Amino acid sequence: MLDDFFIRALIAGIGVAIVTGPLGCFVVWRRLSYFGDTLAHSALLGVTLAYSMEFNIAFSVFIISSLIALTLIQLQKRTNLPGDALLGLLAHSSLAVGLVVIGFLSFIRFDIMGLLFGDILAVTVDDLLIIWIGGALILLILKLIWKPLFASTVNYELAEAEGLNPDRAKAIFTILMAAIIAISIKMVGLLLITGMLIIPAAMARNISSSPQKMVIYSIIGGLLSVILGLFSSLEFNTASGPSIIAASLFLFILSLLNIKQSIKLKN
Amino acid sequence: MSSDQNILVKLNKAGFSLNNKWLVRGVSLQVEKGKIVTLIGPNGSGKSTTAKIALGIYKKIDGSVEKYTNKVGYVPQKISIDWTLPLRVNDFMVLTESLDKETINEALSLTGVIHLKDKNLGDLSGGEFQRVLLARAISKKPELLVLDEPVQGVDFTGEIALYELIKKISDELNCGILLISHDLHTVMSATDHVVCLNGHVCCSGSPMDVAKNNEYKALFGEQASQILSRYEHRHDHIHTSEGEIKKN
Repeated sequence: MLDDFFIRALIAGIGVAIVTGPLGCFVVWRRLSYFGDTLAHSALLGVTLAYSMEFNIAFSVFIISSLIALTLIQLQKRTNLPGDALLGLLAHSSLAVGLVVIGFLSFIRFDIMGLLFGDILAVTVDDLLIIWIGGALILLILKLIWKPLFASTVNYELAEAEGLNPDRAKAIFTILMAAIIAISIKMVGLLLITGMLIIPAAMARNISSSPQKMVIYSIIGGLLSVILGLFSSLEFNTASGPSIIAASLFLFILSLLNIKQSIKLKN
Repeated sequence: MSSDQNILVKLNKAGFSLNNKWLVRGVSLQVEKGKIVTLIGPNGSGKSTTAKIALGIYKKIDGSVEKYTNKVGYVPQKISIDWTLPLRVNDFMVLTESLDKETINEALSLTGVIHLKDKNLGDLSGGEFQRVLLARAISKKPELLVLDEPVQGVDFTGEIALYELIKKISDELNCGILLISHDLHTVMSATDHVVCLNGHVCCSGSPMDVAKNNEYKALFGEQASQILSRYEHRHDHIHTSEGEIKKN
C-alpha cells in the first residue's frame, strides 16, 4: 500500500495536519505568523546544506531553523531594531544565502519548485517515519508545556507571578516551530508552510468559543485541507502545497459564512 | 512582628530601574501569613512596580527579594485580553492551575459573578472582569495574594463587599495579602500594615502611625489624615450587596 505515492502523501499530510492544528493556534494567538515565515525561509539554507553534506533534510532544516530562531532572540536583546525588521532581515538573508549556496552546488540537480511549493511525489517511507515520530514528539512536548505556554499567551505577568516559568515554555515552543517546519517542508513547501499553520487556525477561530474547541477545529480543518488539496492536486495535476493551502482558504471562506449567521442570530 | 516562619515574602532594600530611571528604590517590607500589607502613594510612586518585584516578575532588581511560597494569586492592575483568543470565564479560571468545578463555582459565587461563567471574557464589563480576576486569584487558595487595585471599576456597594471579602479571605485562608489601593477609607480600616510610597518608602507602620506622620500629610493632605481618625471607631455592621445589614 505504501508503494503508492498518493497513499504516502495522504498519510504524510494527515500527520502534518494533526501537528500544525494546535501549533497553528498558538501562532495565531501569539501573533507569530511572520516568525513562522522567517523560519520557513531559512529552511532553504537547511535543505541546501543537507544536499551538500548528504545529510537528512528534515534534520538539517531543524538545526538551521533552530539556529535562526536563537539568533533572532539574541538580536532582539542586543539591538534596538523593531521585531519585524529583524524578522525580515533574517528571512531574506537566509533565503538569499541558501540560493547562493545552491548556485555553488551545480553538480546536484535541484527541484526548486518542489522545494518552494511542496512535492507529493517526493514523499518516501522514511519521510513518513520522520513525520509521524517527529509529529508525535512535538505533540507530546506541546502537551507538557501547554499550561505555562497558554497562560503566558493570555497574560505573561500572571504566568510569571504564579510560578509557571513562561520564558522556558516560549523557548521550547520556538524549537517546536522549527521542528514542524522541518518535518512538513516536503509536503507543503517552504513558501506555504506558514499558511498551513495559520489558515486552519484562523478558520477555527471563526467557529469556536473556547481554546480547546479552536484546537480541535483547527486539526479538523487541516485534515480536510490536506485530503481535499491532495485529491485535487492529483485530479488537476497541480503542486501539492498550493492545492492544500487553496483548500484551506476554501474552508476559511466557509467559516466566514458561519460568522454572518451567528451575528444575525445575535441581532 | 511575629516569628520568621510566618514570612511569605520579604523585600530588602529592593529597587527597579528602567532605562536608567529608578521606578522605585530602597523598599523594605514583608508580608506575613494572615496579615494585610497595603501600599499607598500617588500615581507613579512605584506601587505596582513594588508588587511586581515581590512577585518576581522583575528579575534584574537592586537589593533582594526572598519569596517563601509558590502558591501565589495575582490580580494585576492592567490586563488586556486579546480577541484572537476565544476565552470564556471558565477557561480563564483554570489558567494557571487546574481546579475542580465546585472550587470554581465557589470562587465565582463569592465575588458575585457565577452567572457569567460561560460568557466570553471579551464581553464582560470592566467591573465584572475585575470580579472574575479576583475570583481567579482566590480560587487556587493561595498563601500569598497580591492585589493591585482589585476593585477598580466595581460599583460602590460591590467595592465595599469585595473589600470585606478580601478581609475574610485573609482570615479564613490565613494567607498574606499585599494590597494596592487608592481608597484610604478601606486601607485604614482593614489593614495591618501600611507602606506609603513615593519612589521610595516615605513612611510605614500601622495605619494610625502612618496617619500621624508628617510626610504622609504632605503627600495626601490634611484631609487624608482626618479620614483616618474617623476610623478609630469601627463600624459594628456592614451592608451587603443585597442590602442586608450584617453584624461584624
